[in-house]
Amino acid sequence: MPANINHFFLLWDKSRRSFVLAVRSLWLHKLRSALSVLGIVIGTGAVITLMAFGEGSMQDALEDIKRQGATNIIVQSVKPPDDASSQRRTMTLAYGLTHADYAKFKQLDTIVGSVPMRIFKQELRELHRMHNGRVVGTTSGYRNVNKIELVNGRFLNDSDDDDIKNVVVIGADVAEALFPFQSASGKTIQLNGHDFIIIGVLKERTPLSNAGGISEDYNSDVYVPINTCRARWGAAVYLRSSGSRSGEQVELHQITLTISDIDKVRDAGAVIKDNLERDHGYKKDWLVVIPLDRIEEAKRAKDRYMMLLIVIAAISLLVGGIGIMNIMLATVTERTREIGIRRALGAKRADITLQFLIEATVQTTVGGVIGALIGIGLVFIAPIGSELIFHKNLPAQLNAQPVIMAMSFAVIVGVTFGLYPAYRASRLDPIEALRHD
Amino acid sequence: MTAVVRIEKLTKEYRLESVTVRALRSVSLAVEQGEFVALMGPSGSGKSTLLNQLGCLDRPTSGRYILANEDVSRIDDDRLSEIRSKYLGFIFQSYNLLPQYTVVENIEVPLLYQGCRLNDKTRQRCVQLAQLVGLGDRLDHRPMQLSGGQQQRVAIARSLVNDPHVILADEPTGNLDSRTSDEVMQMLTKLNDAGKTIIMVTHENDIAAWAKRIIRMRDGQIETDEQNVRAKVRHEMAGEFSASLSSLLAEAIR
Ligand SMILES: Nc1ncnc2c1ncn2[C@@H]1O[C@H](COP(=O)(O)OP(=O)(O)OP(=O)(O)O)[C@@H](O)[C@H]1O
Ligand SMILES: [Mg+2]
Repeated sequence: MPANINHFFLLWDKSRRSFVLAVRSLWLHKLRSALSVLGIVIGTGAVITLMAFGEGSMQDALEDIKRQGATNIIVQSVKPPDDASSQRRTMTLAYGLTHADYAKFKQLDTIVGSVPMRIFKQELRELHRMHNGRVVGTTSGYRNVNKIELVNGRFLNDSDDDDIKNVVVIGADVAEALFPFQSASGKTIQLNGHDFIIIGVLKERTPLSNAGGISEDYNSDVYVPINTCRARWGAAVYLRSSGSRSGEQVELHQITLTISDIDKVRDAGAVIKDNLERDHGYKKDWLVVIPLDRIEEAKRAKDRYMMLLIVIAAISLLVGGIGIMNIMLATVTERTREIGIRRALGAKRADITLQFLIEATVQTTVGGVIGALIGIGLVFIAPIGSELIFHKNLPAQLNAQPVIMAMSFAVIVGVTFGLYPAYRASRLDPIEALRHD
Repeated sequence: MTAVVRIEKLTKEYRLESVTVRALRSVSLAVEQGEFVALMGPSGSGKSTLLNQLGCLDRPTSGRYILANEDVSRIDDDRLSEIRSKYLGFIFQSYNLLPQYTVVENIEVPLLYQGCRLNDKTRQRCVQLAQLVGLGDRLDHRPMQLSGGQQQRVAIARSLVNDPHVILADEPTGNLDSRTSDEVMQMLTKLNDAGKTIIMVTHENDIAAWAKRIIRMRDGQIETDEQNVRAKVRHEMAGEFSASLSSLLAEAIR
């Protein structure tokens, strides 16, 4: 036992000596060392930076999807492809989700919430003022699904809908445009010739990126009860374009369904699709979006990105390793005499191997640390630069794991690529090495 | 007295592509504790080859080598390293100090490979040895900052640090002027007085004259092997060195 411990301390002494020597010769040949570990520096730095940006944008995407709700299923109306033979250009085109669909979905027992939406462009009037906005016919559930916040008043409730009341909740831009110098609450606006009483005003909303649902600038929207919408506007909405009058009859543009349990989302999605297929027949005028699937998709995309990163890391570390091997082989040749001297003074082959292995590892480790510092620096600087120059948000998320991983790889590269030069050094014949100059 | 070094019918051949060079041809030799041997002979006669064999830097093609009662002619590489670090000290023509190390660190190197933990005590011993060879004020200098003679003195201190049975020196004064050579030879003589066995290669008669025994080689064989009766005379002439050095050395090398 004591012999073993002694052995360990001896190894420690030798390693420490080699370490000090390695640092000294590194310092002695600063430029040369810097160039030889450049590959490692770039490799480690690049991996850490790319990893942070990859992670950041992935988090961003996931966040976006989660905002739609992982337990939600979004069913949308889509305009079926144009029938080329059709000449009835002025005819009203009817398609999409219906109130019947909506009623049916509500019957499914895994569905705990459903929010219908009907959306169309509309001039919003208040006496002489006018604002081009959109009407969104919906129910009280909309508020929760879309995380609506109000500056004053309240959102639509169930009795508004049941009683077909002429009430409206307006977006921030609408309030600003129609009631610039006063509170909008309690005032009246005219929609399609009907008077609507404003019961609430929304807080400014940042537009979501298009992550599945219908995404727009919400600040010009006004919200009315879905039944009121149906009663006051009727079934069809007409759009004028280049002289021809084309109409669109869409009962509901979107239905957001909330499922009781995240494990039941898939099955519910299948049931909904079955239902729609049966009821709509050949007409493919609907689309089912399941955010949960998009999460999986995002994760798969992330995995692919990681694979790419691993390939980049592997290549750069390989290049870095070859650089180290090259410089170590040169070092061994250069210091052949030193090796001979050490051997004559009693060094075993293993001692020589250890010395050069430590030297290679010290180099790559220093390279790894420098690379990591540069990488971490970039993770902090690049988003600021992107903000200043391109006015674009560059999400970055720095985790400890990739930093530790990249640095351990730098160490491993040192050991791996130092092995052959160190072995070569240890195999030198002492006499020939001593004669070398 | 028993022989520290004994070789029997030692042969060393170098097989080249077309020819075989026979550098040592069945050489037999015994060197006893406390001897001071000079190996002489024309260039290519096999002096260095023999010294390398004695230094356990290489294995013979045939024959036996017994060093301190151990047959070392057929042992493996690691064991050879151990033998070198335990029993042998080397002094080279071109000093062969490690350029990255200071004087003290250079003297320490054999201890590291001997399996000795470096501590204050070993450090102290190295400093003492440096002082002994007159470099007490240069402990932290690097070889590049020292003259040839000073470097060789560091090498002498280094060869003593592991308290070897035999000191092997291949032309230790080959790169030095005559005055510095004298200094080095006086030092080796003192070491020998203190009981160290020294085997030295040289082709200068002046240098060989310091030794007690002179062996002449030719074509890989020993030609003559005789005691140097005049050595004692030269010895007594070396009075410039401080008289206490001898006892100091004896103490330092135990
Ligand atoms: N590695 C080797 N390969 C082939 N031949 C060698 C080798 N080493 C030595 N020799 C040959 O062995 C013979 C003896 O060489 P050695 O170096 O021992 O001579 P030396 O007496 O030391 O000469 P010098 O006084 O010039 O140093 C020479 O003929 C030399 O060419
Ligand atoms: Mg020679």
